[in-house]
Parts: sequence; structure tokens; C-alpha cells
Amino acid sequence: MAPREEVAVAAAATDKRARFHWGLLAAGALGFCLPLTAAVLPEDRADALYHAYSGGGLEVNGPSYLARKQLGKYTSLFGNYYVDAISSASIDVVTTASQYTERREEKTLGGDFLYEKTLFNLSFTNSEESDFSARSAAFGISHSMFGDLTTVSLGYGQGWDTIRRRATTGSGTDPDFEKKADRQRYRLGLSQVLSKNALINLNYELVTDEGYLNNPYRSVRFLNGSGGYDYQSEVYPNTRTSHALGLKVLYYLPYRAAVHGEVRGFMDTWGINALIGEVGYVHPLGKDWTFEASYRYYTQSRADFYSDLFPRQDAQNYLARDKELSTYVSHGLGLGASYHFAQRGWGFIDKGSLNLKYNYMQFNYQDFRDLRVEGYTPGTEPLYSFSAHVLRLFISIWY
Amino acid sequence: MSRAPLSSLRRALLLATAAALLAGCSGIEPWVKPYERANLADPIMSFSRDPVADSYVNHVYEAREGARGAEGGGGGGCGCN
Repeated sequence: MAPREEVAVAAAATDKRARFHWGLLAAGALGFCLPLTAAVLPEDRADALYHAYSGGGLEVNGPSYLARKQLGKYTSLFGNYYVDAISSASIDVVTTASQYTERREEKTLGGDFLYEKTLFNLSFTNSEESDFSARSAAFGISHSMFGDLTTVSLGYGQGWDTIRRRATTGSGTDPDFEKKADRQRYRLGLSQVLSKNALINLNYELVTDEGYLNNPYRSVRFLNGSGGYDYQSEVYPNTRTSHALGLKVLYYLPYRAAVHGEVRGFMDTWGINALIGEVGYVHPLGKDWTFEASYRYYTQSRADFYSDLFPRQDAQNYLARDKELSTYVSHGLGLGASYHFAQRGWGFIDKGSLNLKYNYMQFNYQDFRDLRVEGYTPGTEPLYSFSAHVLRLFISIWY
Repeated sequence: MSRAPLSSLRRALLLATAAALLAGCSGIEPWVKPYERANLADPIMSFSRDPVADSYVNHVYEAREGARGAEGGGGGGCGCN
């Protein structure tokens, strides 16, 4: 067996991949959250959220605060402050590096601007951690038509990442290692009122990345010719373009409850094809409570240059052993409860809610093997799987 | 020889389509009247009732999955608040 790569400070592995797109995602999710009919500004609202993720040896938690306030009739501004406190002993870290802790802070500022039936939005995000910085900007426009039954939206976002690497000795980052990556997102959306009980939402998004797309810490393994395996650094292409198309449906039931469904397809130039399906149910109970449940299915095929075990060193131009680029299936179950308070107003508050949401996720990998077990011929180790628990506890007030 | 009729047919189709579109822009009647949108205005009829919570869970999915994009954002409701 290959010796463990005892690079104490070069520890971050798979989990850091998360940050690569987070800035743009945040700008998108918070900045492009348009109402179905765009001729209204978002409501004045503030949220304080505690989030916790636990699964596969990775623990991430922290707060997120979001506040939005209307200025006059035509402008609404918002700000978001988000923290990830990360402690990782995930399978990649355990097998090729050492446990690490990390902290990431992210700030987003943005605004929505209403002009007749058209809503413009603009947002800027900055994300910082010790070895990674991401800045992004997003712009969107949305127009409602046909008696406010149809809304068409367009969005564009750009991100600029700086990737550093921790020094192998001492603290701080390696002064000789600094890489860049640029990202662009193009969005097209259509929302449609189908009937007095049904809505649909169709979205297309193209994302294109260029630059250093590797994780600087992760390795692939290859057969060393003497019955064992060794490691070498991953090598990714320096461009990636992806297409995603999603359809969401929301239906109001004959009693006061709603069902929703989503189907989304994905493909990219790395050879990954994915399919996502989700169904859910929302059920208010009296005036004070709302309960919800959902099921989510996800499956993807591996990237062309992914392998759990390469036949030799430098077996091909591009090499990856990131389990998020492998073939796998995931099942998710979501449960949520909201308690609505101050529904007749209280001081400056119009209403509020206290919310708890929990998600259970199970990931079953089909060509990523668990190297923590010993005594197996390379390539015959059991397949890896893990489950994750995601908790969101938050309070929301409208004013 | 055979291209002339085809071109005429194309022109006719183009004109008919343009006319239909123009007529549509000027005269489409909303098939769900404003007074019929009570259910659509219910807060449970939103694709994203809680933006801060939804953006977090989308972040989790994007970190754990190879796919990205077209998550859809907020929305829903009747646009009448």
C-alpha cells in the first residue's frame, strides 16, 4: 500500500471544492430571487440563520444574516453576511492528508430596482478564507407581461477567484503559489401562471470557467507496478463549460396545501451528465404552523478524466480522483416546520416566523473506493458511501 | 422551379406567424383574472419562501454534486402584494 501522504499543512482536500462556486451561487441565489411576476419589489425582511452540516467526516457550521429594506417605491437593498466554520476529516483528508480547520467569511450587497413592469437587480459578493479569495458580481433583469401571468428573466454573473496554497512548513501560504480562475454564468428564466392553482418555472443556465480549476491539495492514485499504489497530484483541464435546464411546478391543492416538483438535467464539457428530481409537500396547520416534507434524487456519470485507480503514473493528460466527479447516486429527505408569530404585528414587526429545517442525504459512490480499509488488492476495496445531516434553524421577521 | 412555391409558402408562414405574434402582443387576455389569484398569492405558493435558507441548501448541493446551475430562484405568488 502507498504510504499516507503526511503533508500536515497541505491538508485541505475535496471539501474545499465547495467554495469555488459559492460566491457566484450566493450572488445568484440572493440576487436573482425574483418574484414570479416581476412588477413588485421583494418584501422588507430580515433573517438570522444557523446552519450545520455533518457527514463523511466533515463538519461545517456558522451563521448567515440577511436583511432587505425598501427605499422609496422603486428600490430595495439587501445585505448578507455568511460564515462557514469548517472542520474536516473527510475520506480524502484521512487517506491523503491531515485533519484541518478553516473559516470562510462571505459578504454580499445588492439591490433591486423597479421600473414599471421591469425589475433590475445587481449584487456583489466577496468571500475570503486563508488560501482562497472569490469576488463576484451579478446582474439580472426581469420583465412581466401578459397581465402579469408571464415573467421572463435574464441574468449574468462573473466571478474572479484567487487560489493559494498553504505552506508545507510553518504557517501562512506558499508565496510561490497563486493561481487565478474566472467564471461566468448566463441565466435565462421563464415563469408562467398556468391556472389559478398552478405555476411553472423554466430555467436554463450556462456556466463557463477558465483558469486553475484544480484543488491544489488533492491527489489521484496509480498502480506502482509492485502490487501497491502511489499518489500524484490531480491535473484538471483549465476550461469547463456546463449547461443545465430545469423545470419546476407548483400546484395548490383543493384544501390549503401545495405540492411541488422539479426535474433538472445537466451536462458539461468534462463528460459529466446529471439528473435531479425532487418532489415536496407543504401543509399549513391552522394559522400558526406550516410543515413541509420533500424527497430529492440525484445521479451523475463520471468525468472523462476521472478514475479511482490509474494504471500507471501520468497515465493521461488529465487526472482526477475527486469523488464529486465520479459516478454516484444520492437520495435526500427533507423535513421542515415553521411557527408563525406576531401575525397581527408587534412594534415595527409586521409578522415573524421561527423555522427548523432538516435534510438527510445518502451518497452511494459507484467507482470511488474506500481506502481506509486495508488488506485488499488495489482496485477491489469496498465502494465508498456516506450519509449527511443538514440543519437550518432560523428566525425571520417582516417589517 | 420548385423553389418559388416553397418561398411563397415560407413568406406566408412568416407573415402569419408575425401577425399572430403582433396580435398576441396587443390582445392577449389574462386567462387567470386578478380576482382569481387568491391561491397563487398564498405564501405556500412560492418556489423559494425563505431565500437565506434555500441559498444555503443550494450551496450544500453544489459542494457535494458535480452539477451546477438552473436551480431556479425565488418566485411564486401572484405579484399582487
